[in-house]
Amino acid sequence: MDIELSGSVVDGCAVLAIAGEVDVYTAPAFRDRLIEMVAVDPFVVVDLTGLAFIDSTGLGVLVAGRNLALEHGGAMAFVCTQDRVLKLLRITGLDSVFDVHAAVDGAIAGLRAAR
Amino acid sequence: MGMVTIQLPSAPAHVRTARLIAAAMARRAGVAENLLDEVRLAVGEACARAVQVQMLEGITTPITVEMADDNGFAVIITDRAATAAPIASATRGGSADRWGAVEAAPIAGLAILTAVVDDVQITAGVPNGTRVQVRWPVDACA
Repeated sequence: MDIELSGSVVDGCAVLAIAGEVDVYTAPAFRDRLIEMVAVDPFVVVDLTGLAFIDSTGLGVLVAGRNLALEHGGAMAFVCTQDRVLKLLRITGLDSVFDVHAAVDGAIAGLRAAR
Repeated sequence: MGMVTIQLPSAPAHVRTARLIAAAMARRAGVAENLLDEVRLAVGEACARAVQVQMLEGITTPITVEMADDNGFAVIITDRAATAAPIASATRGGSADRWGAVEAAPIAGLAILTAVVDDVQITAGVPNGTRVQVRWPVDACA
């Protein structure tokens, strides 16, 4: 497996940090973990700072995860500082839809405001 | 380098292999360092799309990945899925469910590919599949 998924609770907020390469092969594991986390608490921070690569399949998981959180009355915030990932979010227009922050504490504050 | 051809097993696990080989060959061919992320993304998207459309049709034939450096650095990815339009195959299955965005990835993949790479040609029906060609300039001094 080319990704590492680590869930934690920071200041009472669920945070999923993903590291490695998210593609058509690894996206299902990422998706399954997001589903599990949203089922427990639909307010989730997804930390993308450890990503070495993400493609459209991975972006699809982010979109679907966020939609799932919203369906459950929650919200999803993302932490991203890498230019290559931010560029992909801009190209796909997801930057105007996603709640993206430069650090985990900012993302947690964003979710607190949404609760 | 001339032409290098890889028969990539039609399985998601091997898409990363194609990305790694393409990036290594692009570097060797003289593609600028700041374009290598683009090479990885484009080849990854094209191969992922090829694998996905073949899986939708139950085709296990390998994906052909050709790389050449005689006119810039070009990568040609050819699948054998009869469904010429990936949009049709991608929207046919599962798009109504919650994880539809994942199923629809072949569409998004090509959209990203064409947005990221300046020189891209997508040809359907060649002869029974789709051919995606992406090309980058190389540094003449490399």
